[in-house]
Amino acid sequence: MSRCPEPAPVRVQGPSGPTLIFTADPAAVRKALAELLAAPPVRALSPDDLGTVELVLAEVLNNVAEHAYAGGSGPVEVDLRATPAGLACCVADIGLGMPDGKLPAGQLPDIRPDALDDLPEGGFGWHLIRSLTADLTYARSAGQNRLSFVIPLTGKD
Amino acid sequence: MQMTTQTRPEVLSVLVLEDRIDAASAIQFKERMRDLTETAHPRVVLDLARVQFLDSSGLGAIVAVKKLLGPDRVMELSSLTPTVEKVFRLTRMDTIFTIHLSHEAAVSNVSLS
Repeated sequence: MSRCPEPAPVRVQGPSGPTLIFTADPAAVRKALAELLAAPPVRALSPDDLGTVELVLAEVLNNVAEHAYAGGSGPVEVDLRATPAGLACCVADIGLGMPDGKLPAGQLPDIRPDALDDLPEGGFGWHLIRSLTADLTYARSAGQNRLSFVIPLTGKD
Repeated sequence: MQMTTQTRPEVLSVLVLEDRIDAASAIQFKERMRDLTETAHPRVVLDLARVQFLDSSGLGAIVAVKKLLGPDRVMELSSLTPTVEKVFRLTRMDTIFTIHLSHEAAVSNVSLS
């Protein structure tokens, strides 16, 4: 990842638009989300779209912190662009690859209201990502994970 | 994790004073809730009016608290903001919790202790 020299948040002008580079751990993810939401092209979105974008990016970035960097931390690069289809997002890291080189199916865990002990406390993240994105693509090459997707926008308040 | 409580004879209300329950705060939320719910109230109403953002870690923590309370106590939610409501709806966790539009609606007909 040639454009990830610093662990601290750095904004660089990449070939496709503004890019945020930061180190992924839960506290840094929270800070990076605040920065991404306050800057173009996200800043101008409607409240409903802002909520969706924050949710999808939070799930993706927390997955990177939790799984790719296995609870440690490492550099992540986020690139966001406004397109006619919605907000085009690309997230890159140099952590561990996806198991079997594939994205999780994101199937919702079984929910039975009468089985309290069996209620799932996790497994919601990929379901949320898949529910709120289109054109989800994962590629790994040269030790780098690249996840790209589009978040369709509603323009609703 | 700032929270405040209000008690009625049968109901413990917990108002979350933070604007997010996320991966960075889910464990603190769960621990604080465990301490606050060490009462015998059969109903616990979690008021999320101030919470603007909830991710899957925060959702998992809320489910964990419901499980901690056990089968004889009920955990209900009130005042979900739009993004929080979206998370409950998309994960179908809105079928697991009774969700009240407002805290007032949740505790109407219940007098203060």
